[in-house]
Amino acid sequence: MSEPGKYQPYSYFRLMEVSLRELLVEKGVLTEAQIADALEDMRQRSPERGARVVARAWVSDSFRRRLLEDGTRACEELGLDVPALRLVAVENTPQAHNMIVCTLCSCYPRMLLGIPPDWYKSRSYRSRAVSEPRAVLSEFGLLLDEKTIIRVHDSTADMRYLVLPMRPAGTEGWSEERLASIVTRDCMIGVAVPKSS
Amino acid sequence: MLEARFRPGDRVRVRKAYPLGHIRTPYYIRGQSGVIERVCGAFGNPEELAQQRSGEPKQPLYRVRFLQKDVWPAYRGNPEDVVEVEIFQHWLE
Amino acid sequence: MGGLPAGKVERTEHDYAEWERRVDALMVLLSAVHGGKRLMTVDELRKNIEALPPDAYDRMSYYERWVTSITQTMIQRGVITTDELGRKMEEVRKRA
Repeated sequence: MSEPGKYQPYSYFRLMEVSLRELLVEKGVLTEAQIADALEDMRQRSPERGARVVARAWVSDSFRRRLLEDGTRACEELGLDVPALRLVAVENTPQAHNMIVCTLCSCYPRMLLGIPPDWYKSRSYRSRAVSEPRAVLSEFGLLLDEKTIIRVHDSTADMRYLVLPMRPAGTEGWSEERLASIVTRDCMIGVAVPKSS
Repeated sequence: MLEARFRPGDRVRVRKAYPLGHIRTPYYIRGQSGVIERVCGAFGNPEELAQQRSGEPKQPLYRVRFLQKDVWPAYRGNPEDVVEVEIFQHWLE
Repeated sequence: MGGLPAGKVERTEHDYAEWERRVDALMVLLSAVHGGKRLMTVDELRKNIEALPPDAYDRMSYYERWVTSITQTMIQRGVITTDELGRKMEEVRKRA
């Protein structure tokens, strides 16, 4: 029976987290400062990073080509580190739409988009994105023409994926910053497309 | 590092095998035929890394493209819809 | 998991609790994503999650699975021992 204001006991797993962390710090394996820095670093990683990459590709055709050829190096041009893992950018065209999933776990371009949403890690997304992408996309409100080819990318190993959506009409002359503001996380996963209004 | 046996455009088949241990070749793709989309480079073998071993020598990793209608018997969609999966060389023949 | 029958995608998102963020941070540090000494690999994280019994997998939340797997890996590698963990968990429980 809990009283308002009374401290709630930890669950088994929260006990484990605290204990593991304290043991690692006691043993000099990690420091509290390192942990705090890592937390802050993760907080900084948001889809805004990925959106900058997309916006640059929209305004610069040569950047777009470099991005498609070597995603990691292109991101480094923008001062975005893509440590260890490799980035593959896949481009939406009028003929083809790209969608990303990790059926085996929850691999995701965290360095550009931050922590993945719950649904990306869910059983239903992971099972059905590969086998019935159109149905899944329609659940996200994205209805594609029958003639559009869907390319589903299963992130099974060391590569990480970013969808480069098509630049919508009605954005002519926009600054890179304004363009980036319409590129949402879901557009870069491939379950949505950017809208100009 | 092992040499890359395959090149973009090569037709390959994913081996059928169901061993124990940590494996990054999804069940749904084992036994399927596809085409090499690109050579990703060479990376440590996750099957070995999972067992606290070094994962060396690095294994060539490929992106392989499969037609969805080949993979799923009841697939409904454009017949040119594809699924692209990263697969390590030792799973390809 | 690809191709298994499943229901509609529930587009849930939740704000991660502080302890969950700390688990995530621990994994980033221990696997040396940004440098430093690598004390475990993401492959071991995945392997130990795959080793969870099926019902435990479904009952546990994402970061509960992660903290279990990371802790298991640290025990497997001898960074901590089962005994140390048990004693520490009791100490923490009594403190709380």
